[in-house]
Amino acid sequence: MELLIFYMFAIVSVAFAIFMIVARKPVSSAISLIGVMFCLAVFYVLLNAHLIAALQILVYAGAIMVLFLFVIMLLNLREKQGAISYHRTALQLAGVAVFCALLVPFMSMVTIPGTSGGAGVSADFGTTAGVGKLLYTDFLLPFEIASILLLAALVGAVALTKLKMK
Amino acid sequence: MASIPVPDISLGAIAPEITLALTAVVALMLEVFAEKKGRDHIAYISLVGVIVACFITFRLAGDPSWTTFSGLYVVDRFGQFFKLICLLGTGMTILVSVKYNKDEGIDNGEYYALLLFATSGMLFMVSGSDMITIFMGLEVMSISLYALAGYTRKRARSNEASVKYFILGSLSTAFLLYGIALIYGSTGSTQIDIIAKAVSSGSGVEAVLDLGIVMLMIGFAFKVSAVPFHMWTPDVYQGAPTPVTAFMSAGPKAAAFAAFFRVFNVAFPSLQADWWVIIWILAVATMTVGNVIALLQNDVKRMLAYSSIAHAGYILVGFVAGGALGSSAIMYYMLVYTFMNIGAFAIVTVVGRKGEEKTKFSDFTGLGYRYPLMAVALVIFLFSLAGIPPTAGFVGKFYIFMAALKHGYVYLAVIGVVNSVISIFYYLRLSVMMYMQDEPGEDLPPLVFAPSLIAVMIVAIYGSLWLGIMPAGYISFAQSAFLAL
Amino acid sequence: MLTINHFLALSAILFVIGVVGVLTRRNVIVIMMCIELMLNAVNLTFISFAYYLGDMTGHVFVFMVMAVAAAEAAVGLAIVMALFRNRETVDVDRVSLLKH
Repeated sequence: MELLIFYMFAIVSVAFAIFMIVARKPVSSAISLIGVMFCLAVFYVLLNAHLIAALQILVYAGAIMVLFLFVIMLLNLREKQGAISYHRTALQLAGVAVFCALLVPFMSMVTIPGTSGGAGVSADFGTTAGVGKLLYTDFLLPFEIASILLLAALVGAVALTKLKMK
Repeated sequence: MASIPVPDISLGAIAPEITLALTAVVALMLEVFAEKKGRDHIAYISLVGVIVACFITFRLAGDPSWTTFSGLYVVDRFGQFFKLICLLGTGMTILVSVKYNKDEGIDNGEYYALLLFATSGMLFMVSGSDMITIFMGLEVMSISLYALAGYTRKRARSNEASVKYFILGSLSTAFLLYGIALIYGSTGSTQIDIIAKAVSSGSGVEAVLDLGIVMLMIGFAFKVSAVPFHMWTPDVYQGAPTPVTAFMSAGPKAAAFAAFFRVFNVAFPSLQADWWVIIWILAVATMTVGNVIALLQNDVKRMLAYSSIAHAGYILVGFVAGGALGSSAIMYYMLVYTFMNIGAFAIVTVVGRKGEEKTKFSDFTGLGYRYPLMAVALVIFLFSLAGIPPTAGFVGKFYIFMAALKHGYVYLAVIGVVNSVISIFYYLRLSVMMYMQDEPGEDLPPLVFAPSLIAVMIVAIYGSLWLGIMPAGYISFAQSAFLAL
Repeated sequence: MLTINHFLALSAILFVIGVVGVLTRRNVIVIMMCIELMLNAVNLTFISFAYYLGDMTGHVFVFMVMAVAAAEAAVGLAIVMALFRNRETVDVDRVSLLKH
């Protein structure tokens, strides 16, 4: 059953990802990326990462991608009309095939000693309580650095887009 | 409700970072609430913040090494030394920026806030003993730098620099992150000393670990602009506002090297026999490509960009040599490089007058007659970059090549020396240019020497000369810093 | 049976698609999306390792990567806006003032 779900969503996510790099219009690319993100959320649920699955949809698909769509709309980008360039698409697919052939064999070699299928995970594994506890104890420092990061990004974004310049 | 045990947290350890972040917030507040004209005081307040952070860092450096935040952050002399280099770079950059910002109409508040945020990111990065701290520090630094590179947003070249920097920078982040993920998977931890244990006990050694290390290396090679991952450097250095270029060439590079060095020497010393070959090739390629292409440049900023690539190559030589000698040579060289490089960029901002950047070689002709003192200062910086005695650059290079020789990398040292000889040509070319008679043409307004620029030049001359004449104290400080690692 | 190798292979494929996208597309916004795809692929790697190792560090890392992705998107899109205002283009090939 799990295997079936995996293959279904894996095929869909790869298809969306390929369409994203092939598509002519930026809007189509953005929509397909949102599709990939939803598929990934499904995998996170399969992997017991409930908080991350929720955040994947709320933060990634919800906030970040809306920002992308908003900018595309604001700039009113028009790509040259016409059919998909088959030359480029062929090049992209060939590139994907070659790099996958190089990288994927490594992944089939991975063996995790001891556990099989995550049987031994604790009850709060991947829940909001479990991850939250880690964030406020062992990983307090990166959590605090993230606040500096977001402030810096905020200041940077505002400084770059202000209209007035003396 | 079960109580949550709180791990050992020492805010004192991150006091320098906290100081910088708070100063940045103060700078932002001043931009909003202070009166409109004459906001130079924001620069000086930021400078005070940097000096306070320096002082705290110096106080922390005395202690033996200890970790806090559940092993995510380490306080040791190695880190503190690099922190001082980063803070020195920031302090000098602030002084270089004062007049430039006034001429270009740059809003001070956000500018200095971003500089300080970037610096706090660097400090986290050099003291991170866990991949997550190093990664977050790196990102705080990079994101602030992307914004700073495009800060003069009305200038198309600045836009272009920030676009290129952003795309290649975030691409390298993705590679770095994939490397971290694979290392995490094959060793079960992101903490570098636990990774080291897993790697040396052989429990984590598999093909994926090697792949992860290669990805991590690609990510770091981008950040330190090692060939063949250097493509962004010339464009970004040329297009960014000159003080920002000066900043990028010193602190962030030192921080990236510190993290690179720490990760590879703490987490993967047992695999050193495998990775030194890759670093060896990177070092040779970086030195040679940087120097040869620098010969062909006609723009001073671009020439200095290629020269900074070549200097990254020399530092990689020290990296290959490794050990106490190699690491102290890297530290000393990074310190010297900060002085001489920011000094050179300070003069580039003086020559570029209000509203325009004059960075062609031809803009420098005749300066030797009209501004003899400034020309002498630039000659000192260029000679130091070229490694001509008695400057500090010579001592730095000498130590790096000695370290390589002592550890048996004879070819590497020879290639390094040949490269420094090549580099003399282009540094001399600019020096000679200044003492050529300039064509009587348009009457340019005289150059303006703001007090802040004179201060930064004096600091830079002190660094480039005094560290060359009396290097012993600094070198023994650097050596003691490695032993504590 | 569903193993970690399935997830790792999938994330490797997504990562590669992202890399190829960055290398072949010319539109800055699409390139940024490709980088987001690469980060997502890395997140999948982290989460699957975390599950099979029974260790939540991977979750914390993904949490941080999300914060970083949000920050990068904000600054990156601001850079694109500034570029577009000056040059009326988001094509990286037409952005080439900087030559020696």
